[in-house]
Amino acid sequence: MQQLLTAILTMIVGVLACAAYFWGTNFILDWIFPSKGLSGKAASRNLRITNAIRPWLFLAPALFALTIYLIYPVYKSVVFSFHDRGGVNFVGWSNYFWMINDGEFRQSIFNNFLWLLVVPALSTFFGLIIAALTDRIWWGNIAKTLIFMPMAISFVGAAVIWKFIYDYRAEGAEQIGLLNAIVVALGGVPQAWITLPFWNNFFLMVILIWIQTGFAMVILSAALRGIPEETIEAAVIDGANGWQIFFKIMVPQIWGTIAVVWTTITILVLKVFDIVLAMTNGQWQSQVLANLMFDWMFRGGGDFGRGASIAVVIMILVVPIMIWNIRNAAKEMRSH
Amino acid sequence: MTPAKRSPLMWAVHLSVLLIVALWTMPTAGLLISSLRDKDQLAVSGWWTALATSSRNDVARAPSAESQVERDGKFVISGNILDGQAGQISAFGFSSREPAAFKAGETAELNDGEKLTVQADGSFEIVSDTRMEGSRGQRIFFTAAAPPRFTLDNYREVLGAEGIGASFINSLTVAVPSTVIPILIAAFAAYALAWMPFPGRAILIAVVVGLLVVPLQMSLIPLLKLYNGVGAFFGVPAKTYMGIWLAHTGFGLPLAIYLLRNYMAGLPREIMESARVDGASDFDIFVKIILPLSFPALASFAIFQFLWTWNDLLVAIVFLGTGQDQLVLTGRLVNLLGSRGGNWEILTASAFITIVVPLIVFFALQRYLVRGLLAGSVKGG
Repeated sequence: MQQLLTAILTMIVGVLACAAYFWGTNFILDWIFPSKGLSGKAASRNLRITNAIRPWLFLAPALFALTIYLIYPVYKSVVFSFHDRGGVNFVGWSNYFWMINDGEFRQSIFNNFLWLLVVPALSTFFGLIIAALTDRIWWGNIAKTLIFMPMAISFVGAAVIWKFIYDYRAEGAEQIGLLNAIVVALGGVPQAWITLPFWNNFFLMVILIWIQTGFAMVILSAALRGIPEETIEAAVIDGANGWQIFFKIMVPQIWGTIAVVWTTITILVLKVFDIVLAMTNGQWQSQVLANLMFDWMFRGGGDFGRGASIAVVIMILVVPIMIWNIRNAAKEMRSH
Repeated sequence: MTPAKRSPLMWAVHLSVLLIVALWTMPTAGLLISSLRDKDQLAVSGWWTALATSSRNDVARAPSAESQVERDGKFVISGNILDGQAGQISAFGFSSREPAAFKAGETAELNDGEKLTVQADGSFEIVSDTRMEGSRGQRIFFTAAAPPRFTLDNYREVLGAEGIGASFINSLTVAVPSTVIPILIAAFAAYALAWMPFPGRAILIAVVVGLLVVPLQMSLIPLLKLYNGVGAFFGVPAKTYMGIWLAHTGFGLPLAIYLLRNYMAGLPREIMESARVDGASDFDIFVKIILPLSFPALASFAIFQFLWTWNDLLVAIVFLGTGQDQLVLTGRLVNLLGSRGGNWEILTASAFITIVVPLIVFFALQRYLVRGLLAGSVKGG
């Protein structure tokens, strides 16, 4: 309780300090370069100066935090990736050579590509279908809320939920995991699902699909509703059936949104860490890059060189999407 | 949508949506139901049987010979094998080879001439003509049908003994300041990027959009080293709440600035221009006009940031310690998965406590969450 009070106190102090900074710097700026009460030239000169300085006063705390917590670390991680485990001695490309020859790394790359192929595709697909279906029924909003709900659940919480579903008891014993109970009821043999190499990747992916489908559904549902009615009415008049209307008229009009959803989930997949850590911790050939990176950060006291080089690989995979996002944002701004 | 209602196709739509909703909610429902079940029942039967009567096989030991009483010339040991628990005995036996040899109410002939009777309610009698001896009581195997039992015991246990209660406070300690502190910083920056002309503005916006997707992994190692360095320099611990508040602030800023800038840029220009004509400075305009108008966007971001910081595991395990007063809920849950992997009564109850706060926030403020998603869907996670 004590620490919670401290936290709230810190929060209040932090907010007040921010407010004091913004108010104080603006006050000082207006005091040094007053524009009221002066006449003509002096006033307009001061106004010009304050207008040039004020944006930077507004931006300064944010720029400072972004620099320390994101920009500087990106640069520093690249530097560390060329250094040894302590981050002191320069070792050239040797971390990257080690990486190429490391079986676990190659396993992670392979698994990450599996995740990249499956999770964004299925999440977007399910999201699109569910959005289209729920838009037609009167209780669609309730259905959407329930499908959207996993978004609020932490990856670790979701991992526990699904580990319970995959729970395994030896053959003959009463299965308390839902999946094995169904398998046994259908006459199959129970399996320890998350220990099956290769296939366990898919059982872990299900968790992320379960979480992300709601996200895709919400965005795509809004996009579907934004489609002009006339295009659909015209297709109906031309005698198109439901499938044709959906796939040939509606989907092509929301390609842009589908791409945004797809790339957003792709980035999330590249960073997937909690699920793998909680479910298998990379055992049984289910390792992924983010978990491997975390592992090297602390393994044997921590190997910062190798950890940083794995982080750089994740970063490189993100860069194409980053560039695409920036171009889209720039395009949007120009059109406004 | 074209109103082609009441056709067979519409029924197919209703049915498939119902199926999908069932599929999507079942995992969470299973967790919740399991966490409320009696831990003995949870361990032997699936949660979908929670309302059914379950049967369990168990063994009890009768009191030793010392407790025998003499009645009508015979020696009797009596008691109840259910020991206060609810249930119904269907069968019993006295050897592990045939644990269900006799039906409730029957009398079994024990090897040494003693007679054992077990009633359906669990009460039993061992009757002998001679004084019984031996310090160990007779073992009685039985099959009992137990009615469904729901209890809050699991929650009581994890909140205290497993440290979930302490971690709950720790998670709140992390999440609340990490949510509030970035808002003001981001709001000022967003206003500058939306409405104040200055050279380099377009580049800064591009940088913010780029930073939206930078993987956290890139920041971890340099920041860990930086924190260690700062800690050593000032002689303070490297892993502190202050450290994680600032880290979450930094990591949350790109989304905050992006969301707020988009929102503020959409506000009508006339409001600001008329205020400017009246002689208001940018500072006044921001504080008196923009900030109140931006409330929906601020709420969206606050919800995002709260869910993100509450649910975060990576930042917490890197920048916070693992002691009782610092381990957050997600970290505690991962530890429990390792140490109590088979104890589902502990895992389910703990997991439900970790997800209940986000769920409440989600259901109460879903409107703002959706709005935020639609405005900021460039960002992931």
